[in-house]
Amino acid sequence: MPQALPDTDPAPRDGSLPSFALDGAEQRKLGFYVHVPFCRVRCGYCDFNTYTAPELGDVAGASIATYAGAAIEEVRLARRVMGTREGGVSTVFFGGGTPTLLPAPDLVAVLRSIDLEIGLAPGAEVTTEANPDSVTPQSLAVLREGGFTRLSFGMQSAVPHVLATLDRTHDPLRVPQAVEWARAAGFEEISLDLIYGTPGESTADWATSLEAALSSEPDHISAYSLIVEQGTALARRVRRGELPMPDEDDLADKYLLADERLTAAGLSWYEVSNWARGEQSRCQHNMGYWRGTDWWGVGPGAHSHVGGVRFWNVKHPAAYAQRLLEGLSPAQGREVLSDSERHVERVLLELRLVDGLAIDVLDAHGRAAVPDQVAKGLVEVVDDRLVLTQQGRLLADGVVRDLLVD
Amino acid sequence: MSASSAPKPGETPASILRNFCIIAHIDHGKSTLADRMLQLTGVVDARAARAQYLDRMDIERERGITIKSQAVRMPWTVTEEAAGLHDIDAGPGTYVLNMIDTPGHVDFTYEVSRSLEACEAAVLLVDAAQGIEAQTLANLYLAMAADLHIIPVLNKIDLPSANPEKYAAELAGLVGCEPEDVLRVSAKSGVGVEELLNEIVKQTPPPVGEKDNPARALIFDSVYDTYRGVITYVRVIDGELTHRDRIRMMSTNATHELLELGVISPEAVKSDKIGVGEVGYVITGVKDVRQSRVGDTITTQHHGATESLGGYKHPNPMVYSGLYPLDGDQFGDLREALEKLQLNDAALTYEPETSGALGFGFRCGFLGLLHMEITRDRLEREFNLDLISTAPNVVYDVIMEDGTEIEVTNPSEFPDGKVHEIREPVVRATILSPSDYIGTIMELCQTKRGTLLGMDYLSEDRVEMRYTLPMGDIVFDFFDQLKSRTKGYASLDYERKGDQAADLVKVDILLQGEPVDAFSAIVHRDASYNYGVMMASKLKELIPRQQFEVPIQAAIGARVIARENIRAIRKDVLAKCYGGDISRKRKLLEKQKEGKKRMKMVGRVEVPQEAFVAALSTSGGGTDPKK
Repeated sequence: MPQALPDTDPAPRDGSLPSFALDGAEQRKLGFYVHVPFCRVRCGYCDFNTYTAPELGDVAGASIATYAGAAIEEVRLARRVMGTREGGVSTVFFGGGTPTLLPAPDLVAVLRSIDLEIGLAPGAEVTTEANPDSVTPQSLAVLREGGFTRLSFGMQSAVPHVLATLDRTHDPLRVPQAVEWARAAGFEEISLDLIYGTPGESTADWATSLEAALSSEPDHISAYSLIVEQGTALARRVRRGELPMPDEDDLADKYLLADERLTAAGLSWYEVSNWARGEQSRCQHNMGYWRGTDWWGVGPGAHSHVGGVRFWNVKHPAAYAQRLLEGLSPAQGREVLSDSERHVERVLLELRLVDGLAIDVLDAHGRAAVPDQVAKGLVEVVDDRLVLTQQGRLLADGVVRDLLVD
Repeated sequence: MSASSAPKPGETPASILRNFCIIAHIDHGKSTLADRMLQLTGVVDARAARAQYLDRMDIERERGITIKSQAVRMPWTVTEEAAGLHDIDAGPGTYVLNMIDTPGHVDFTYEVSRSLEACEAAVLLVDAAQGIEAQTLANLYLAMAADLHIIPVLNKIDLPSANPEKYAAELAGLVGCEPEDVLRVSAKSGVGVEELLNEIVKQTPPPVGEKDNPARALIFDSVYDTYRGVITYVRVIDGELTHRDRIRMMSTNATHELLELGVISPEAVKSDKIGVGEVGYVITGVKDVRQSRVGDTITTQHHGATESLGGYKHPNPMVYSGLYPLDGDQFGDLREALEKLQLNDAALTYEPETSGALGFGFRCGFLGLLHMEITRDRLEREFNLDLISTAPNVVYDVIMEDGTEIEVTNPSEFPDGKVHEIREPVVRATILSPSDYIGTIMELCQTKRGTLLGMDYLSEDRVEMRYTLPMGDIVFDFFDQLKSRTKGYASLDYERKGDQAADLVKVDILLQGEPVDAFSAIVHRDASYNYGVMMASKLKELIPRQQFEVPIQAAIGARVIARENIRAIRKDVLAKCYGGDISRKRKLLEKQKEGKKRMKMVGRVEVPQEAFVAALSTSGGGTDPKK
């Protein structure tokens, strides 16, 4: 999640939600996101809410050792606020930071608390992000036995100089090994995260990374263009002229290369930056974000969305832990989405998916704008739904703008 | 002496009247000197004196220039001692001084000349640290041509950087007197001002006119006042005006009732009449200065004069520019504002026009660049409008092969057919500069198709250069270039001097094959390539990449002379859109939606308004600092 929190209303101290947010909640799918805000080192490009041990120092409550306790406390709060759901929790996703910096039993304990408090749905998808450096065959076995079903490894690149620019410390060879261990531990769904467009990365470098990733036969790949976020070390280096700003044309070329190689290897796109080996390998948790279902974000700085209300937690782990210790909600702010805001979100999110956006979701202006977008080769109409073309995926933001602005 | 015992208007013999003006460059201290005189003559006491009393409009005060002239009546008593000291023939006693304030800028030459006609003498006021400037020199020549007696004065003699010896010699050379005849004052401290007043009495000839002839009064200024309507400033040449008269404007024969007349001292003081040689104001109730025009002659309706004083000219705009509201909804406001400004500005013209790129606006005519800038400034400041103005251009005469003549005030009017000849207005320019810059200035004038008419040294290190130059180049960027190339030391004055045939072409700028009218310009063929390249590269920087490639072309007719390409944008999508990204993305999108509303569409190309403003604002190649 981004560092900067939206600037809106304060959230109620007890975390309670307006009643309309829970109307019909029984029928909606519910996911849990668990944010683990710790990293061994901070990567230069990363603007997520994450902390290294020296950054946290000795602040009470803000440590890896006490994290799981606080997170479990928030899961209990979520139960108090939302109650239980008949269908249970469909997806759980541990992200970070580096979740695997926590001892595997701690991760399992948080997952168990979700199951205990609200209940996991049968066949629930349970993912954790993992750094190839911070897993072992043993830790992976503990996770698998503890109920995790899916792993998402932060591979980023297979090229040493690119990894160095990104401040990633792992040995590229560690990735196939970690995948092998994961398979051995019984994980059937394995995803790799890649970043393209790092300053100094050639097209050949990117092809190398793609080939390396595919050679591990993952079920899913996410490929993100590098974004130089304000306030990061990378942004400072770009500003000082030490590194070039990623070039949009180069990024476009690399996206096309990725789409070509991944498709050829049997992975097909289902969201602008995500490819999966068949429908069953799509990340159900992320699909929830794009389809506007409910999710509760546990952890410092985590965002939640329940029935048209978005809220987000205080960012610092110590402040977060302190609030929960006092029996208060860690939510710092929230926004209640208006109908038009929900409409905007629906268009901008669903259009990112291979299933596309039903045309009748658009207002009259948006529907009138469709033929022009088709003529430009940016969208296709498939069964009364708008689906981005390959070129349209690269220009999706402009397409969304044209569909929304009269 | 107190104002109450001073000679009354209408009963003041011409022999004790002294009508004078002050010719000075901006910042050379005219207003300060005027303030000091108002205090010394007792018309304004020191504490009540607003600094720079005579400059009425705030904008003048800010720019330190005087746009509208006015006249102040000041009684002044010459003592026995002073009469002896200054060798005043008319002897000691009470005199009435009329100080007529003149506009100081090149665009208002005609108004200056009418003000000068109302005087018998001109105080030539020059900064003792800077010497005379081109505009002052031009006004000095006007004053000499009007047969005024010139009283040379150096101001700011107490400045550490003052060089009175050098500049006294310079003034003496120009006026034709001895350096020791040049008076030296410090308007700021008051040193020498009393002596100057006595010298004005001594040197200014009293006005000459026929008391018993039908009344003839020269209008030398006309100002709109919200409460009183138009206030017209006049100098009575013959006869007298009384408050019972109906008056007639001799250029139009329109008659008006005289609601009030009087003198300014320094506020309006009503009186029954004003007589030969006197300066005062009349109010007739007209609401628009165009009904009471500078240069016209006023006479009485009954037993009026048959011959006007002559010299009246209708002010013709020399520079045109399109003014467009940034926000299309402000079109009506802009019209109202122009209507209001025109009440007080007989030279301003405007007509509605439509630009494909900029929407609805007005084609406005101005006397010159300063007039244009002041008008634009006032529209933005006093009427709270945000405006885009197109590049200024002059009036061209296009003679077609079939003999028809077309007056072109806007590049869009430039005809497509076979052109026999194009005539462009020409100015005679006077440039004063330190002699170090002679080479630089010659080079600049050469690139602007100038012809050197002559060059004189005003002093060892100061030179006057006279050129004919195409006026189109002057309004384009000549002044900016001159200032930047001479580090601000050169000064410029120009006056219209006929026209000449020139090889001019219209350069169009096309986006994706669509001409953008706001960027078209009429330029000399030799400069067309540079203009085309400059605009194309500027627009390439200013227009964001679109979903398709956008060629930018500069073309003369169908012939493309410069080309740039804005490559199509290939990627704009946000790679990651999870959890908290969603709010951020929605807000960004809402911002972009707002931005898109402010886009102007040129064909399919979205051009941000800022691009228009930026492309049109820097007058030259975008390489020169703003003056």
